[in-house]
Formats: sequence, structure tokens, C-alpha cells
Amino acid sequence: MILRIHDFKKSFDDLKVLNGISLDVDKGDVVAFLGPSGSGKTTLLRCMNCLEVPDSGTMEFAGNTYDMHSISNKDKAGIRKRTGFVFQNFNLFRNKTALENVSEGLIVVRKMGRKEASEKAEETLEKVGMAAWKSHYPSELSGGQQQRVAIARAIASDPEIVYFDEPTSALDPELASEVLGVMRMLAEEGMTMVVVTHAMDFARNVSKHVVFMEHGVIVEQGSTEEFFSSPKEERTKEFLRLEEHK
Amino acid sequence: MLSERIIGILADSFFKILIPGLTVTIPLTVISFALAMVIAIVVALIQFAKVRVLKDIARFYVWVIRGTPLLVQLFVVFYGLPNVGILIDPFPAAVLVFAINEGAYCAETIRAGLEAVPYGQMEAGECVGMSYMQIMRRILLPQALRISFPTLANSIISMIKDTSLAANITVTEMFMATQRIVARTYEPLALYIEVGIIYLVFCTVLTRLQRYGEKKLGRYRI
Repeated sequence: MILRIHDFKKSFDDLKVLNGISLDVDKGDVVAFLGPSGSGKTTLLRCMNCLEVPDSGTMEFAGNTYDMHSISNKDKAGIRKRTGFVFQNFNLFRNKTALENVSEGLIVVRKMGRKEASEKAEETLEKVGMAAWKSHYPSELSGGQQQRVAIARAIASDPEIVYFDEPTSALDPELASEVLGVMRMLAEEGMTMVVVTHAMDFARNVSKHVVFMEHGVIVEQGSTEEFFSSPKEERTKEFLRLEEHK
Repeated sequence: MLSERIIGILADSFFKILIPGLTVTIPLTVISFALAMVIAIVVALIQFAKVRVLKDIARFYVWVIRGTPLLVQLFVVFYGLPNVGILIDPFPAAVLVFAINEGAYCAETIRAGLEAVPYGQMEAGECVGMSYMQIMRRILLPQALRISFPTLANSIISMIKDTSLAANITVTEMFMATQRIVARTYEPLALYIEVGIIYLVFCTVLTRLQRYGEKKLGRYRI
């Protein structure tokens, strides 16, 4: 177990988005968060990386336990140094080239030398197939290319866990598949990944573990094979049936 | 209309006007604008970050400065402050007033620039593990200044002409130099047109610099 969250609760005004979520993530696990829109899966992911502050809940990560409601900025930074986050709309730094997007955190946060950071960044870009575009600015890249650079940025610092928030939702199928290809490669290398996704192929073929959410609670979770071949809950069966017909 | 006398006066006065332009008007503009940018960035950051108390002070500053004429501000500092024992020489007094005045306008320009940067840029910086100030300095502020650049260029072009108001507090800049020659020669039309043309040339150079700057900055699109 590398990460354990316990009883996450979060409301936006009167709307309960997370209604007591507890979850373990093992090292090397690839967890897919599935569920209809508005089920709270993105909010859960954002809470796990302190982009949202839950109303209550604790998180164990890398040997420390954090009260996520009153977490200090120092602890937030500590968590983020050991995690990577990939956004739905990429959020590459627009004033930085592809290479600089990846090396920036290495230089500023990891205090790596400029040359060493550039080499590491280039190596990471190579891995996602973007080394040839290292001098391009985000505005000069396609959505799929931007997302691959964003993945390189997230993994360059060798994080213990990488979060993906609907990484292919803003992309057309062809561009999505190049991003999913990179994610599959990372999964095969044993990277610990938590992925909010609507890409059922990815959940079915790459993830090892599925968490199905609705109305801010976990309806069902289990191994990917079990989840797809013999779902237990009625709601899960209905969701899978609807997805089949998409 | 252009008699030999007038041509002679124009030619004689050209350097007498241009030299104060190069030695007073331009330094006054450049120094004041540089200070104004420092003030503007600090005030914009305070407002953007919504720092308590400081934010109210920043708002008050912008409100007062934008709500009163530049000429009044010059007179208060140069002719008014000696009443309470604060005497400032003409040139530093002018720099002070122009910097404080322009700082208020540019603060609003930069604040608008900061607010135009999508919030995802901040979140991406946080997720990389950067601190607020690191994100501000390396990601948000460069983008905000890029967005604000044409408006800031507008401000400095406007300012170089506003420095003529410093003549009123005895700064011998380009306009005052012209007034003195007019008093001697009684040729206001020709001489004021002449100084106007010199201002126009200065502004043309600035406009060129703006174009060049935009081109340089334009490699990445916001």
C-alpha cells in the first residue's frame, strides 16, 4: 500500500460531492476511476493532490499521515514533489517550450543543474515520443502532442504516483490513442497510476483495478477482470450496459 | 509663410530643443516608467493575491491617483510639500510624481493581465511542486506582462508627452526650452510645431520598439 485515503468528504454549498470515500492504492497498481459525470471522481482525484481541500478525511502517503482538511502548505508541497498530475486540458506552461515545461520543475523544485535537468527532460520527452518537438511552444503542438509533453512533465521527477484527470477527454479518437499508448507503456513499466477516465478500452485493457463511483460514494470496486466480467451491483451492470452501446 | 527669418530661427533652435529632449525628457520618461513598473507589479500582485489590509491600501492608492489630475499632483509635491518642510528638487519631484501616477495606471493593466492567465497555469505549477512566488515569477507574471505589453507600450508613449507638464515645476525639459525660445523670438506657431514634431519622432521610435518587442514576445501565443 503506497496511498490510503480515509473517509474523504466534500461539499460544494449544498451539493455533497464526496460522501465518505476510502480507498487504498498499491505500488505498481493502475486504478481507473469510472462513473457517470458528476459522480465526484475528478473531485476525489483533485483532493488527493490538494487541488481541492476536502471538508474532512485523512490520507496516508509515503509513510506520513495527513489531515487533508487542515494540511499545511509545506505538506502540500511535500506531497506534490512525490506525485505527478496530468490535466484534462493539458495546462502546459504557455511561455515555456516543450523541453522547458519538463525541465522547469526539475530546476526549480528539485534544484537540479540546468544542464542535467535538460538532459533528463530530453530523455523523458524521448520516452513519450516528443523529443523532436522539444523547442516548440505549446501553441505550436496538437492536443495529443501537448498531452504527451504534459505526461513527460508529470513523470520527469520520478514520482511515486501519477494522477490522470480525464487525460483524453479533450482529444479526438486518433489523438487520444497516441496518449493512451504512452499511458499503457507507463503501466507496463510498473508506474503507479490513478486515472479518471471515460475511455472504457483503457480501463478494460490497461488498468488493474477499477473503482466505480456515483453520487460521491464508491458503488463497487475490484480487479478489472472481475469488474467487467462479473459485476455485483445492479448500478454497475446498468452502467456497463450503457457503455457497451455507446 | 516660411520666411528666411523663420527658417533661421527653426534651425538655430533645433538643437536647443532637441538636447533638453535627449538629456531631460527621455531620462525623465525612462526613469519614471521603470519605477512605475516596479510600483505597478507590486500593487498588481497585492491585489491579485488579495492580501488583507495591503489590498485596501493598494485600492486606495489607485483610486486617489487615477481620480486627480497629474498637474495637481505635480503642484502638490513641488509647491505644496515645502509648506510642511519637504523640499524636493524639480527633477526628482517630477520623477516621483510621474512614477507614482503611472504606477497606478500600469498596476491596473498588469492586474488585468494576471487575471487573463487561465487558472490552470497556476494549478499546473502547484502540481509540479512550485511555491506561489515561484509560479508567479516564472509562469504567471511573464504571461501577464506578455498580455499587458501593448497597453504598457501605450502608457509609455502617453507618458513621454505628459512629461511636458514638468515645465510647470521648473524642469527644463523640451517644452520649457521651446517656451523660452518663443519668449525671445515671438514665433510660437513655428516653434511649437517644431517641438511637436520632435515629440512625434520620439513616439515613432517607441512605436517601432513596441512592434519589435511584440514580435520577439510573440513566439508563444497566449
